[in-house]
Amino acid sequence: MTDSQPVRELPSKLVQLLRMLWRDKLACIAAAFLLLVICCALFGPMMLEDLATKQNLRGRNAPPFDFSKNWTFWLGGDALGRPLLARIIVAAGNTMMVAAGAVFCSLLIGTTLGMIAGYTSKLTSQIILRLADVIMSFPSLLLAVIVLYMLPASVGNLVIVLAITRIPVYLRTARAEVLEIRERMFVQAARVMGASTPRIIFRHILPLVFPTLITIATLDFAFVMLAESSLSFLGIGIQPPEITWGLMVAQGRSYLTSAWWLSFWPGLAIIFTTLSLNLLSNWMRVALDPQQRWRLEMSTQND
Amino acid sequence: MSLTLFAESPSIRTFLGKRAIASAISLVGLVILVFFLSRLTGDPTALYLPVDASQESREQFREIHGLNDPLPVQFARYMGDLLRLDFGMSIRRAEPALDSVLRGFKWTLQLALITMSLVTVMAIVVGSLAAFRVGGVFDRIATFCSLIAASAPDFWIAIVAIVVFSVNLGWVPTSGTGTVWHWILPVSVLFIRPFGLILQVVRGSMITALSSAYVKTARAKGVLDRPIIFVHALRNALLPVITVIGDQAAGLLNGAVIVETIFGFPGVGKVMIDAILQRDFAVVLAAVMVTAFAIFLMNLLIDILYAVLDPRIRY
Repeated sequence: MTDSQPVRELPSKLVQLLRMLWRDKLACIAAAFLLLVICCALFGPMMLEDLATKQNLRGRNAPPFDFSKNWTFWLGGDALGRPLLARIIVAAGNTMMVAAGAVFCSLLIGTTLGMIAGYTSKLTSQIILRLADVIMSFPSLLLAVIVLYMLPASVGNLVIVLAITRIPVYLRTARAEVLEIRERMFVQAARVMGASTPRIIFRHILPLVFPTLITIATLDFAFVMLAESSLSFLGIGIQPPEITWGLMVAQGRSYLTSAWWLSFWPGLAIIFTTLSLNLLSNWMRVALDPQQRWRLEMSTQND
Repeated sequence: MSLTLFAESPSIRTFLGKRAIASAISLVGLVILVFFLSRLTGDPTALYLPVDASQESREQFREIHGLNDPLPVQFARYMGDLLRLDFGMSIRRAEPALDSVLRGFKWTLQLALITMSLVTVMAIVVGSLAAFRVGGVFDRIATFCSLIAASAPDFWIAIVAIVVFSVNLGWVPTSGTGTVWHWILPVSVLFIRPFGLILQVVRGSMITALSSAYVKTARAKGVLDRPIIFVHALRNALLPVITVIGDQAAGLLNGAVIVETIFGFPGVGKVMIDAILQRDFAVVLAAVMVTAFAIFLMNLLIDILYAVLDPRIRY
């Protein structure tokens, strides 16, 4: 029966996902914007570093929208006459790097610990959960403030502190999912067939947990970015001459009444990036969930 | 309501006991971390005595504040005092550390209470109405606004608000406390992010509740829209909302640090930061413990609220 009817070749997973993304215009714009930010973060520091640090005291606090000047001055100049647009592009590098580093570390450590806690003995699980409780018993940003005031400020320390405060999120999610999945038939089948514990965890359980974790990570990226900006704003995150968006807002604070654009543009960059991350994460929650994906696929077929 | 019965049942007592022990362990971990980390910042003597202070007076200063002993001894003494609820003395203000902290905490608590009540009421009303007509104009506007609100960095909103409303329009004072007007900006800035996040949860949870069978039954009986939303569906949709409200209330202390710094608000966040800068260790530790204790109490309150709202939940 199946021989006579050739099965229609389904496009690959990635193409399917991209098509779904194309249908949702808001998510698509968000993804495009994030791509732009990532490009800025990757190539900006290399290409515009000199431009962004070159002082030009004649252009001190140059007002924005002066299109007669070089394009880097379209958003105005800062207190030392450095072009704001170029600085925002270069600052994207540090902002993204800190957030990506922190999210990656917490995702990796949190997931590993969570899966161990979900799959092994009660004692190990209890110890891991109590550790998470210690971190969760206190507001994360406040803890970061205390620790960063006491440790010397550096990019590495900032990433470590932010990563540690976010570990419990992944840990708890991974554990909860593993607890449910480990009781399912296919895991028992794998166990009966003699698969080792690492193999069961990484080959059978992880692929099911991963979409949820990636969605959380996207959302968390926005959170970590805001946290890093806040810390840099308070003066205990990234130190000058390095720049991030949060630090730029802080530096512009003293010129608020005379040159609003110094703080305004970097803040806008933060809002747009976090907004895009939120939009994309909302879309991913549906797209990566096999039980809800039909909502997006339906519209694909109807059009 | 079976609330009295609930409070006396033995299971709730073991539950409370377990929670208290788990929290105590967390608290001790936190204290150890902050105690030893804060000692790493350096010697308060260098900060409080003049540069040309004699060696004897330095020794005397250390002796008075118990900084001469090795760290483990200092720690043991601190923990011993703590058991007698003695939080040590503030070096800076020469008063019990707990007094400095509680003075600041009073302000933060007021700020948090006002903000959270506003957020809760607004988010529930707007979220429920948005969920009632999913995809409608109101829903779309509310959803988009909530996304923007959840994405906004509060320090940026705070300084932009100062420029617009205090400097340019002159409606409200830029910083400090005193009149009602001083509260408007800090509360509004703190309001934004929790509002966006809670609104999203209310909407999602209400959509689920409104599509359930009992709501359809109520509608078929001819119950009006408003009672359906706010009586039938809301109570069932409230559980996940309360979880997020608890999270956000604790997170409000995060935002409070920034808002208090920008608006010169004498809350616990500012007390804590000043104490760290002045190496006033006892105050830092007291602030950490008071905050953690407040969060513990709040989480407990939320667990009890669960059981009150949903009679199926028993501990």
